[in-house]
Amino acid sequence: MSGSPTFKSLKRFTRTQPLGLIALVLITAMLLGGSFAPQLAPFGPLDARFDAVLTPPNATHWFGTDNFGRDIFSRILHGTRPALLLGISTALIGSLVGAAIGTASAYFGGRVDAALQRANDVLLSVPLIVAALVVVAVLGKRMVAGVDVNLMLAITLPYIPVMARVMRTAALSVRVSPYIDAARALGFSHTRIIVGHMLPNLVSPWLVMISAFTAQTILLEASLSFLGVGVHEPTPAWGLMLSGVSVETFTTAPWVILFPGLAISLTVFAFSLLGDALRDALDPRTRH
Amino acid sequence: MLNASVEERPQVGAAPASASAPAAPLLSVRNMNVSFATEGGEVQAVRGLSYDVYPGEILSIVGESGSGKSVSSLAVMRLLADNASVSADKMVFDGVNLLELGRADMRALRGKDIGMIFQDPMMALNPVMTVGEQLIEPLRIHLDMSPAAARVRALELLGLVGIPDAATRIDQYPHQFSGGMRQRVMIAIGLSCHPKLLIADEPTTALDVTIQAQILDLMQDLCHRLRIALVIITHNLGVVARYADRVLVMYGGRMVEQGPCRQVFQQPRHLYTAGLLASVPTLVGPLGRRLEGIDGSPPSPAHLPPGCAFAPRCMHAQPACAQEVHASLTDIGTLSTCVRAAELADGRIRWTSKLGREPSVQRNVQSDSTLVEVRALEKTYTLKKGLFGAQRSVQALRDVSLTIAAGETIGVVGESGCGKSTLGRLLLRLEEPSGGQVRFLTEDITHLGDRALRSFRRHTQVIFQDPYSSLNPRQRVGSILIEPMLVHGIAASRREASDEAVRLLQEVGLRAEHSERFPHQLSGGQRQRVAIARALAMKPEFIVCDEAVSALDVSVQAQVVNLLADLQERLGLSYLFIGHDLAVVRQIATRVVVMYLGRIVEVADRDSFYAEPLHPYAQVLMAAVPSTEQIGMGRSAAQAIRGEPPSPMAPPSGCAFRTRCARATDECARTVPELKTVAPGRMVACLHIA
Amino acid sequence: MLKFLLRRSAQFIFTLWAVATLIFFMLRVLPGDPVEFKYTSDGGAITAEQLQAQRERFGYDQPMAIQYVRWIGGLARMDLGTSIWSENPVSEEIGSRFGITIQLAVTALVIGLLLAIPLGVLGAISRGTWLDQVVRVCTVTGQSVPSFWLAMLVLLALLATVGWIPSIEAVAFKERPWEYLAQIFVPAVVVGWRLSSVNARLLRSSLIEVLSQDYVRTAHAKGVAPSRVIWRHALANAMLPTITVIGIEFAGLLGGLVVTEQVFNINGIGRLLVQAISFSDLALIQGLVMLFALIYVCVGLCVDVLQAALDPRIRVN
Repeated sequence: MSGSPTFKSLKRFTRTQPLGLIALVLITAMLLGGSFAPQLAPFGPLDARFDAVLTPPNATHWFGTDNFGRDIFSRILHGTRPALLLGISTALIGSLVGAAIGTASAYFGGRVDAALQRANDVLLSVPLIVAALVVVAVLGKRMVAGVDVNLMLAITLPYIPVMARVMRTAALSVRVSPYIDAARALGFSHTRIIVGHMLPNLVSPWLVMISAFTAQTILLEASLSFLGVGVHEPTPAWGLMLSGVSVETFTTAPWVILFPGLAISLTVFAFSLLGDALRDALDPRTRH
Repeated sequence: MLNASVEERPQVGAAPASASAPAAPLLSVRNMNVSFATEGGEVQAVRGLSYDVYPGEILSIVGESGSGKSVSSLAVMRLLADNASVSADKMVFDGVNLLELGRADMRALRGKDIGMIFQDPMMALNPVMTVGEQLIEPLRIHLDMSPAAARVRALELLGLVGIPDAATRIDQYPHQFSGGMRQRVMIAIGLSCHPKLLIADEPTTALDVTIQAQILDLMQDLCHRLRIALVIITHNLGVVARYADRVLVMYGGRMVEQGPCRQVFQQPRHLYTAGLLASVPTLVGPLGRRLEGIDGSPPSPAHLPPGCAFAPRCMHAQPACAQEVHASLTDIGTLSTCVRAAELADGRIRWTSKLGREPSVQRNVQSDSTLVEVRALEKTYTLKKGLFGAQRSVQALRDVSLTIAAGETIGVVGESGCGKSTLGRLLLRLEEPSGGQVRFLTEDITHLGDRALRSFRRHTQVIFQDPYSSLNPRQRVGSILIEPMLVHGIAASRREASDEAVRLLQEVGLRAEHSERFPHQLSGGQRQRVAIARALAMKPEFIVCDEAVSALDVSVQAQVVNLLADLQERLGLSYLFIGHDLAVVRQIATRVVVMYLGRIVEVADRDSFYAEPLHPYAQVLMAAVPSTEQIGMGRSAAQAIRGEPPSPMAPPSGCAFRTRCARATDECARTVPELKTVAPGRMVACLHIA
Repeated sequence: MLKFLLRRSAQFIFTLWAVATLIFFMLRVLPGDPVEFKYTSDGGAITAEQLQAQRERFGYDQPMAIQYVRWIGGLARMDLGTSIWSENPVSEEIGSRFGITIQLAVTALVIGLLLAIPLGVLGAISRGTWLDQVVRVCTVTGQSVPSFWLAMLVLLALLATVGWIPSIEAVAFKERPWEYLAQIFVPAVVVGWRLSSVNARLLRSSLIEVLSQDYVRTAHAKGVAPSRVIWRHALANAMLPTITVIGIEFAGLLGGLVVTEQVFNINGIGRLLVQAISFSDLALIQGLVMLFALIYVCVGLCVDVLQAALDPRIRVN
């Protein structure tokens, strides 16, 4: 175990990437905070108190209250779970599908590759948020076990071509390595070569991409919620908390927008930093 | 105008014959140490190095990987990264103390009084600047020339280094030049400000053999004419022998031996030098000599043993070798750090290794046991270039026909673009031919699909050039060997496969414990052995060795060549041994095939070929390879090799070699010469040879 | 050159056609009837005959195939149909709003690139030091902040300090150009900020790679001063990968504008898209998506030309 390349990379990561470790700590804290939100939050996310509307941050309400008198700190805490859940799961699914397409494209080359490239080009010609908006518009809302499945789809689908392109590049460089040729010369089947020999060597770029993408998906979800087509009331979502706040409101009660925005930024920041640190630690070029 | 400026410089004395010469040295280094601060700790790359360079001489610094040969020169130029610390008792160039020079002053010296040329001309020139711009730059910085004057001088320099049509080419970009031309440009840049010293770091390693000879001849000629001292850093002992006046051998960051070439090569006074010389295969001269090799691999700078770094690999090591190392004068006037130099001088001890062996015996093979037959094989690649997407095609192989019998080793030689690698790949069916036929054991495998090829794959295997990328970095050695056995059902159970894997490892000179390691934990030579074991796992009859030893250090190369030859004898294998080093091929081949631009130009059995190559290209190729027997022969040893290899995308009509052939006539442009039998077992494709 | 243009035009047309087809069929999957939605969403009522009449008016009564042919044919003639809501031609709706968004996008692009260069170079030359970590944190932050939130914060700051927020409608360019630019500047910076962070990181890693190349070592060996090595030898090569991604980044810019226009109350195509989606205005959505695709392929073409201009390996062959 100690000799394996994975272990080496992990050691390297802990030794040389302090920012990455900080990011990991942040993310862990958020995961814990989100999971235990009901226990940790002083108030319920939907508790409206009309006697405490738009109060500035104080001892009871650390982040103040919104225009329904709801405690902002509690809402942010409760909003952690949907944000992270949506972000991570969409990035995971999108990256798996994208990786499969990209790797197959690189391995088989020729016409398959050319066709997939064309399709990719077409799909990438529309900005991500526009594509997500269209999917949302088309599919509407569908709740399954408390999760808006269609929203997940709307966020996942636009990222698949992006992931496919990135993984294709990585897979191409693996594809031309002599050890793949050697595997072919040994008469291994395509499946064995792709699954047993190519994919394990693609884990590093995939890990980097998935952390970077989680950052992106969280941002996309926040944007969609802000526009009113993402997570719907009454679920406390950070983007939603920023939605529809009029200029008068936030100039007189800036805490209403300050803290939700900080929450989004911090989360995205942590994942981006993690992705960055992973790339530096796993990149074979910076190794020597 | 060039000569006038040379005349102004003071005359320097002739190159000295021994280390203690009366002329003052141009560069003097004493006790240099270079270490790097890395993630894993402090790494010592150079220890206690002392040497001199005299005006006008050619000194060669030779060593294998990790010897510190490049680092030492980069340290002199102060071109090392910030994490390097350089210290020395003395580092004086032309009276200037380099250790105390400020940054700006050092910059003024660099490129002006000391020029440097690097290995890979493709990457050493900036792709987005014209060649002229890059050549003019030092002229304007150091000599303060006006743009017009600098351009004139640049054109002169391009002419000096032999670039035709300089007026047009000066405004072209590096990618429009061939490898050899680019290196000429680098030389022009290095010489542009009349340096007193030129350092060339592996200047020809990335070039084809015939171009290498041209470039080295050019460098030697220019340096002699212009009285410039030249330091050639290389791992190629043949180059050293042919071109250098003196040689400095390095190992593990230290100097090991130093002196005039003739003395060091003919009477080595360090066991490493002796071992190294015994590991270099010969090109000319009688074939009977054993190829020795040195056990183990050169040490990495991170793990250097105390005292003499070579002791762990030396069979004559003594406890004294682990003590402090210092250089002393030998009986023939060279410097050596070997404790047992005197015994070497007497002949009391010699270098031998248990892996040493004589060259393969050439057998007269009957063609009744044909293994592989290739007829009129062709392969064309279509490329899309750049944006404009114009389809261009390259014919990598044209009309190649060959028969390989059981037990033979066919050595395929040629330079880049000749198609030898493509031939190997087609024989393995890693790609499909565009035309012609490939038969293996009389079965036509030319157009078989992947499924059908499965059974064929058990009979043919491959060993690739790069030991670092031919093994899956995520698989343990044991698993690499076991997988094919299980997939093809050669072993009934995992247990059986595992035992067989251990046996294979031992067969290639590794140990059972290596099966638990990952490739990155092994040295280059060890990885290549694993690759060989993997090839043997299927018990094939035929193995394609695609430049299998070209990426290995000289001392390791010999081990692997001998191993391959041993395995052939023991297991009755046949090889297609693709190589560019004629001397290595001579060691292992029984028949030789010479290729040029996609065609076979000569086929001969080994002994006759090396005694006397017939095809003009083969002759030129043979003459271009520098050999350790050609000490001091320099330019005279090489025949006049003209021109550049044509691009495979635009081959000349008729005989592809005619553009560079001294014997070319009009007819050569009209007819493609056929491969004809001119003597038993000898075929040549030339219109002038009957 | 001609062959190149022909080939690219063919790709261009294919991409646009594919997007047109895709969006057409995707939107037809929508549950519910957009025409009915228009009239009944506010709680209004409409009779079946009126509904049918309206459908015929907008062409939604025809079979799918006919609608499709009309759509593709219309595209070729630049006729994008009629908006259900405003009842004006879609091209008019888009046309009146298109200008401002493009101006914003281009300004944001320029700002983004200009800011990226010094940051990227700084990050590369101070690699590994504390300064590099600072640059890294700055650029990652710039990338992490949602643009709509940044917009709000900027508005907040502006109101708190100078008591003024930009309102582009109020000033026409021809009358008071400087004021106009000032109005455009703020939202452009907000959107371009993200771009500059992404580009700074890209440039930094590209420059680090270039600085480790052999030709940089050659330049040092020639005695070239370090500043000239960076600006003359390294930067030109380092910028090439940045140019390649400008197309994708421009798409990202437009995406950022979709949300930012909401906050700044700018009447551009971003805001129009959001409105079109909430009204389920099929024709408008289709038209807008086509526009985005068109912008993307045009930018792609420009990028190719730019690359050829800057990289002699592509230009000269």
